[in-house]
Amino acid sequence: MSETDTRTTDETERARRPGRERGRDDGKFGRYGGQYVPEALMPAIGELTDAYERYVLDNEDGFMDEFRERLADFGGRPTPLQRADRLSERYDTDVFLKREDLVHGGAHKLNNALGQVLLAKYMGKERIIAETGAGQHGTATAMAAAHLDMPCEIYMGERDINRQRPNVFRMKLNGAEVNPVTAGRGTLKEAISETMRDWATTVENTHYVIGSIVGPHPFPVMVRDFQAVISEEAREQAIEKTGDLPTDVVSCAGGGSNTMGAFAHFVDDEAVALHAVEAGGSTLEVDEEAGVAPNSASLYAGDEGVLHGARTKLLQDSDGQIMESHSISSGLDYAGVGPELAYLVDEGRVSPVAVDDDAALEGFHRLSRTEGIIPALETAHAFGFLEEHHEDLGDRVVVNVSGRGDKDLDAAIEETDKRDIDEAPDMSMFTGGI
Amino acid sequence: MADPSAESAETGNSEAIAAAFADGPAYIPYLAVGDPDYESSKAYVEALDRGGADVIELGLPFSEPIAEGSTIQGALVRALDAGMTPDRFFAFAEELDVEAPLVCMTYYNLIYQYGEGDGPRPFVERAAAAGIEGLVVPDLPAEEADPLREACDEFGLDLVFIVAPTTVGDRLDRIMSQVSGYVYVQARLGTTGARSDVSDQTTQSLDRLREYDVPKAVGFGISTGEHAERIVAGGADGIIVGSALVDIVAEGVENDLSTAEVADRLEALSRELKEGAERGFAARAGAAESR
Repeated sequence: MSETDTRTTDETERARRPGRERGRDDGKFGRYGGQYVPEALMPAIGELTDAYERYVLDNEDGFMDEFRERLADFGGRPTPLQRADRLSERYDTDVFLKREDLVHGGAHKLNNALGQVLLAKYMGKERIIAETGAGQHGTATAMAAAHLDMPCEIYMGERDINRQRPNVFRMKLNGAEVNPVTAGRGTLKEAISETMRDWATTVENTHYVIGSIVGPHPFPVMVRDFQAVISEEAREQAIEKTGDLPTDVVSCAGGGSNTMGAFAHFVDDEAVALHAVEAGGSTLEVDEEAGVAPNSASLYAGDEGVLHGARTKLLQDSDGQIMESHSISSGLDYAGVGPELAYLVDEGRVSPVAVDDDAALEGFHRLSRTEGIIPALETAHAFGFLEEHHEDLGDRVVVNVSGRGDKDLDAAIEETDKRDIDEAPDMSMFTGGI
Repeated sequence: MADPSAESAETGNSEAIAAAFADGPAYIPYLAVGDPDYESSKAYVEALDRGGADVIELGLPFSEPIAEGSTIQGALVRALDAGMTPDRFFAFAEELDVEAPLVCMTYYNLIYQYGEGDGPRPFVERAAAAGIEGLVVPDLPAEEADPLREACDEFGLDLVFIVAPTTVGDRLDRIMSQVSGYVYVQARLGTTGARSDVSDQTTQSLDRLREYDVPKAVGFGISTGEHAERIVAGGADGIIVGSALVDIVAEGVENDLSTAEVADRLEALSRELKEGAERGFAARAGAAESR
């Protein structure tokens, strides 16, 4: 193991690894990525690219040092890599949990939001806007903006506002304005479009904190670099605990920020299998006529196209109209996915798997019951995968616990009541809200 | 590859579009095709033509129109709900009885996905067959436009680019080397939508573009004949009007007006805008003479 040990302590060597640098120069991941945005936004993303290169890549003015310090002091990093004893026993393999649910705010989202709000500050911007789906990115951005004393407005689909009321309160408590988006089905993709419209009007003093590894360059590489702290820690922790790299890394995937965060430092370790678990929804079949895909499995079932500034894999009809996606978890409910993940899937480096609503909900209860951790419904998909595919995995499996489930209690109770799930408590008395 | 700028800047691919700017200002109205339904939409576009349109921009609806404000978003949603698709759009263009050349405004994913195989060529080939003379693609920057530009050159279509108030320096040069037909000068930052004032940003943009020998059509926010007059007097070669016209269609839907009545209103506003543009042009010519 001495060779591996040397590598992990050698910062320079690691920084030179090609997988970590992919896309940094031109925003292209093979055929994916790019900058498909209205002309009015081009100067803004040019300015952002310049700031990304100076502050994030070159640590100008000590930006990355301040970011790391704030992630530790405000964000609570590093997060533990915890052995899940009962799951390890159940699957007869060592299961480790990367506890991103313990990041301040209860999800990995702060890693990116704090990085971008701080970057906006370094760039001299005066206002923060962001979209949110489940509300996790919105709350993380609102927290980071309050922490760094920046005015903040969040765009959120009306339907998501109704599904995620506690997060709406949290954003408001942190001083953010929440703007409901009523277009389309009122979920994440409409919220992203609306935030881009705001940005097109306000680029000169406003930074758009995008919540995932999606959108035009430099967002996909920048968000990946901020989230890569997950796998940077996990890789060292795994080696420390087991003396070896993990055999498998498992992460749920919507837009893909926690996914790329969990994979980034393992991409070049070819022996480590990377599993991106998408929301299979109720079925992988699509209804072309209605323009609805009752899932969010864009890596697994999508086709190449252009959405929200990037060429990537999308859920779309044969004309190229974007489908309405669906998932039990609003954080995975998105018709696109980060261009880097689309590329890594085509290359065979990342395996996409779809886990349906039922299996995700069972995973939610299993982790809550057996390990004392209530996961986000997004995260629960990774545990659905573990149950279904554990026989195909190696001896040391790392699962990224991307967020905690407190925000999902209402949805979980309601969905549980519709099904007959082993190990689930009878919550019928609570349906209709707690 | 030879520098295409000189050639494209002077002529463009479409003779009809060049002719629209040849003597006097071009009035370029926009409507979303299929809003609120196929037949009414046809009557509305034909009303624009009667009202004096020199070029007509036809919006092919996309589900995620990130460059549009709420007015045109609403129109695109109505058209999609009524069943508009790229193939119906082309049939629509073929059935239209209009004199003005047609330009299709849509988003890149629809162009990219159309027909067999990858790339924009099948869409452009079909558009040319349907009599479309040019394309505007708001989410396709010049950096990503080479494949579409090549297809447009092959089939004789113009590729119109949008220049924003924030577009300066190398970016402006790069766009102007790709553009043909006319350049769409975005009058202000933000998304489309009718507004009542004329922005200083418009004047500054026109000043920046003066050295480029390609017609400059100003859009975003023009809603009255007086607007049109001031913008043309300020140096624009054409005006693009979308939201103010789409508003008339939307009011027709809300108030359940007859197709004929909505068409009459569209024709009347078109005349007002066209006459305003002509007054602005005359004022500019007069100012040049007296100088």
